[in-house]
Amino acid sequence: MTKKQISSSVNKKMLAYDKLPNWKKYAFISAITLFFLALYISFFGIQAFFQQLVNGIQLGSIYALIALGYTMIYGIIRLINFAHGDLFMFGAYISCFLGNYLMAHNFRYPFIVVLIFSMVVTALLGMAIEKIAYKPLRFKPRLAALITALGVSLFLENFFALSPQNVPFPLNKIVFGPKYILFPALIAEKTYNIGGIAINNIKILIVIITIILMIALQYIVKKTMIGKAMRAVAFNKDACLMMGINIDKVISITFGIGISLAAASGTLYALTYGQLQSPYLGIWPGLKAFIAAVLGGIGNIPGAMLGSYVMGVSETFATSINSNFGYGIAFVILIVVLVFKPAGLLGKFTKEKV
Amino acid sequence: MLKIHNLDVSYGPIRALKGISFEVKEGEIVTLIGANGAGKSTTLRTISNLIKPQNGSITFLNKDLLPVPAYDLVKLGIAHVPEGRIIFGPLTVHENLELATWGRKDKIAIREDLNKVYDLFPLLKERKFQLGETLSGGEQQMLALGRGLVARAKLMLLDEPSMGLAPLLVQDIYRVIRQVNAEGTTILLVEQNAHMALEVAHRAYVLETGNIILEGPADEVAKNPKVIKAYLG
Repeated sequence: MTKKQISSSVNKKMLAYDKLPNWKKYAFISAITLFFLALYISFFGIQAFFQQLVNGIQLGSIYALIALGYTMIYGIIRLINFAHGDLFMFGAYISCFLGNYLMAHNFRYPFIVVLIFSMVVTALLGMAIEKIAYKPLRFKPRLAALITALGVSLFLENFFALSPQNVPFPLNKIVFGPKYILFPALIAEKTYNIGGIAINNIKILIVIITIILMIALQYIVKKTMIGKAMRAVAFNKDACLMMGINIDKVISITFGIGISLAAASGTLYALTYGQLQSPYLGIWPGLKAFIAAVLGGIGNIPGAMLGSYVMGVSETFATSINSNFGYGIAFVILIVVLVFKPAGLLGKFTKEKV
Repeated sequence: MLKIHNLDVSYGPIRALKGISFEVKEGEIVTLIGANGAGKSTTLRTISNLIKPQNGSITFLNKDLLPVPAYDLVKLGIAHVPEGRIIFGPLTVHENLELATWGRKDKIAIREDLNKVYDLFPLLKERKFQLGETLSGGEQQMLALGRGLVARAKLMLLDEPSMGLAPLLVQDIYRVIRQVNAEGTTILLVEQNAHMALEVAHRAYVLETGNIILEGPADEVAKNPKVIKAYLG
């Protein structure tokens, strides 16, 4: 057997799943999912099942907002912005400080002000990062920008984790310090008991805000001029320049929008847990949201949403069985899905034209 | 209108344009013909500021173009219809046209311009909400021309509008090019299809490996024995 034949027989095996008709694929995936869900219900009961489902949707919403930013930025400049999780952290801290200030001054609607303020400030930081770190590398090999993104991520984490006592004057007003701080209770928590399932107003709020932001994003991308320009820039930058589209502006706005979603997510996350552990807190949500974006098909906005909810729900289920399972399940799902669908759940597999 | 003086462009060690100079006057159709690799597209891409020249100057309506960023050229009145058309595949025909009006605020005039394109190309109107990638080559070329027209350019740079099209479609495209020119748009046309190009153009330049070897009124160039031998056969 020649080398070519071997590789083609491997390809055949890999493609066996691809060749199944669509309904069989979906039936296969649904059967596996249903099997695990049935197993869960038989062990823990239907009430625990719905409780975890609600918790999972909440977590999924938080992931979804981060994943949307990842996917948007990847879609337009093919860059995986590893600093996304740290901007999520930045957004959470900004809303913590502003929240404390507003609460101390008895402001009427602190939450909505905090949310919008943190989205705007974080978006500005993100756009600045894009200008300083990514723009000079735009037409350089992709790996350079990727490594830079990792560098930006490490910089943000470690810079904001410096303790104020250890740094000179102007900086000590900016850094957050490594210690954990409490997040102000911007919304008085109320718990409702619906058929034995505990749902609080914060959970409902998170899901509602996520849905509003997703609809807003879909509207921007599909209907507005800037959204059309985003899709055009993603397709071909030279043609955009020839048509008079300022691609720097379009990319900058894309970063702004994607990163403001991460900031919103950070605020909602902090509101849920009521505390900020340290400036390193963005690492794991950022990574998991990245996995969710890949799971759904990176560059694909509905895919990022679907992937995030799959991740959030399965993570809460796994955690409820054993608290150590939560982190691993993300990677297990990722590997399983990528083996069967290398382009992600909703991603299209495009062959590169040579 | 457009003056190019001593333009030098290199890709690394390879000199693509070796100090060419030419001129496009208002209202003209000027064609640059030449074989593959003669530097035709490079010339257009340099005018559009997608490539930085090593040397030389480009002036448009007495304004130096070199420091102007590529995306501001449309505002000055230069539209570039690229080689291979480069239609935005995942966007609809209508969205493709709309994007060419980027930066303009006059909504009524924009609608008029779009309608004008749809009148000129009824086929595009039929396919208004179809994705760009589903269009045939001819339709894509119409759309590419349409994008150039919507931009309300004073000068249109056309890069091989006949590439890969059936002869009948080529006739169609050239009919439109003539019409656009008659309405007052100056055209700089780059072509391999020397027959068609020399037929519509007023003046022609022949480019060979980065040098202009011949220039003059199109009908004279078409009669030149060298051109007949090399391009018209």
